[in-house]
Amino acid sequence: MRITQGCFSFLPDLTDDQITRQVQYCLGNGWAVNIEFTDDPHPRNSFWDMWGLPMFDLRDAAGVMMELNECRKVYGDRYIRMSAYDSSHGWESLRLSFIVNRPKDEPGFRLERHEVAGRSVRYTTTSYAVDRPEGRRYG
Amino acid sequence: MPPNELKTSSIPASRRTTAKETDMNMHSMTIRGRDRYKSGVLEYKKMGYWEPDYEPKDTDIIALFRVTPQDGVDPIEASAAVAGESSTATWTVVWTDRLTAAEKYRAKCFRVDPVPNAPGQYFAYIAYDLDLFEPGSIANLSASIIGNVFGFKPLKALRLEDMRLPVAYVKTFQGPATGIVVERERMDKFGRPLLGATVKPKLGLSGRNYGRVVYEALKGGLDFTKDDENINSQPFMHWRERFLYCMEAVNKAQAASGEIKGTYLNVTAGTMEDMYERAEFAKELGSVIIMIDLVIGYTAIQSMAKWARRNDMILHLHRAGHSTYTRQRSHGVSFRVIAKWMRLAGVDHIHAGTVVGKLEGDPATTRGYYDICREDFNPTRLQHGVFFDQHWASLNKVMPVASGGIHAGQMHQLLDHLGEDVVLQFGGGTIGHPMGIQAGATANRVALEAMILARNEGRDYVHEGPEILAKAAATCTPLKAALEVWKDVTFNYESTDTPDYVPTASVAM
Repeated sequence: MRITQGCFSFLPDLTDDQITRQVQYCLGNGWAVNIEFTDDPHPRNSFWDMWGLPMFDLRDAAGVMMELNECRKVYGDRYIRMSAYDSSHGWESLRLSFIVNRPKDEPGFRLERHEVAGRSVRYTTTSYAVDRPEGRRYG
Repeated sequence: MPPNELKTSSIPASRRTTAKETDMNMHSMTIRGRDRYKSGVLEYKKMGYWEPDYEPKDTDIIALFRVTPQDGVDPIEASAAVAGESSTATWTVVWTDRLTAAEKYRAKCFRVDPVPNAPGQYFAYIAYDLDLFEPGSIANLSASIIGNVFGFKPLKALRLEDMRLPVAYVKTFQGPATGIVVERERMDKFGRPLLGATVKPKLGLSGRNYGRVVYEALKGGLDFTKDDENINSQPFMHWRERFLYCMEAVNKAQAASGEIKGTYLNVTAGTMEDMYERAEFAKELGSVIIMIDLVIGYTAIQSMAKWARRNDMILHLHRAGHSTYTRQRSHGVSFRVIAKWMRLAGVDHIHAGTVVGKLEGDPATTRGYYDICREDFNPTRLQHGVFFDQHWASLNKVMPVASGGIHAGQMHQLLDHLGEDVVLQFGGGTIGHPMGIQAGATANRVALEAMILARNEGRDYVHEGPEILAKAAATCTPLKAALEVWKDVTFNYESTDTPDYVPTASVAM
């Protein structure tokens, strides 16, 4: 399966050149770009681990790409995403987020159904990957 | 562009008020002192409802009406009558006025302009003191402003065009239960419009068949599916069946994609008690969003908005019925006013037009609605039909929804007209796909992502749109099929509700 979180998951994986142009778009808007990675891609896992802080005051996407390559060296077997933070009043949240690295195999999610009263069902989504301990989930 | 640079056409001489009348009308004619309260009938403009020198206070509510007086009725008198009948007046003088601070409570018409290119119609600006309104109640506001006056005999027609809501009044409302930013955070979707589809056929599917459509559309790549306005609880599908099967579909699609998904479960019902019961069940089943119809009424909408805020629920509003009073330019209530009321009332989604689809929507007027939903400050923009500066005082933003006759081949135009913070709903454009519902959903999602990618790269996506879509279709068969089947579908009809002011080129001196 292919996890389709983020803005561009239905397109073929972006090349580094394409990623650079998206990052440049973010920086041009004055947004701070953060690199985040995880091996627990549950749809409600909001807090992926941060590769350093959001890169404030950066003008050139090359700096972000350098950091991305460093991050890939360490966590290339995991999901990595770019997140762009807009600090403008009235927004103060993400403006763009997209996946830039995936594990080779994406095992997907198990849907558990817990039957309760009447015909109601309580659903739980679990990533197959988290059956294994953190750090040893992919590859 | 400042208003004075906008073109105002001349009014034919026969329709103009006489010079003498115009001259008189420039001044207050209000009779003061004990003469004002002599028993009998007095012209409204002499009772204190026409005050051309009045300067509205920052805390006043201002309404702009389009007044069409009956033949022979002085427009100033007609406008003063609107002010009177929407505030303190009755048809005759009453002495009990003298027991009150009557001058404060009288609405004051302070400006009347002929409508450009519309003989016999006038824009009347009327100011209302804040004390005339109960805090936090659309029912009270609307009962005053549109309560009695629309049937007033001396008028041929009357339309409420726009309102300026003072910050002091805005702050008495909860506003949208969730708001655009928090909705995006909860849905974990940033940087692109959200995608939805209304389940079709809207009537007749069993719960199980209905859930099938939801599953296919969400798995194929949509973020939301939607009940239609008249899907409630009918013989072919009881509401609980729909809710149960829909949530099975949502959860299955979430697990298959790793994304948060939602389906607008319509909780509209005959009584508040029934609506609460349905909303509670939706929450129990883990839905992130519920929906209501505009026809449930303003108070019911405000109640559901409060419920939604208390229960972490996104609240979708389908504007069922609005065209009965918003569409015609001469009579009724403009949708921009309804949009303002609904932002106060607290809905998170509102259908606001597509421009290019099958339903009414002039581009400039629609732009005005979208700005009202999404901006913290709306400057006066007559060319968009926005007549007042409106501060929203950080009230949450409403996500506009574009629905009705749109398809993947229009993606560049939709993005251009409607921007990024919008739900694009392709009902037929998903479910009618020749390769099936999943393929239809995928086609829309791929078209959207390709267009956003191109826009962010700085490409002229509006002009290169068809080319960008064709390229994306090269690696996506469903998109290729969608572009082929709907390539010639457009809805080019003249709009009935267009702005009265058009920008004209101004010559630099």
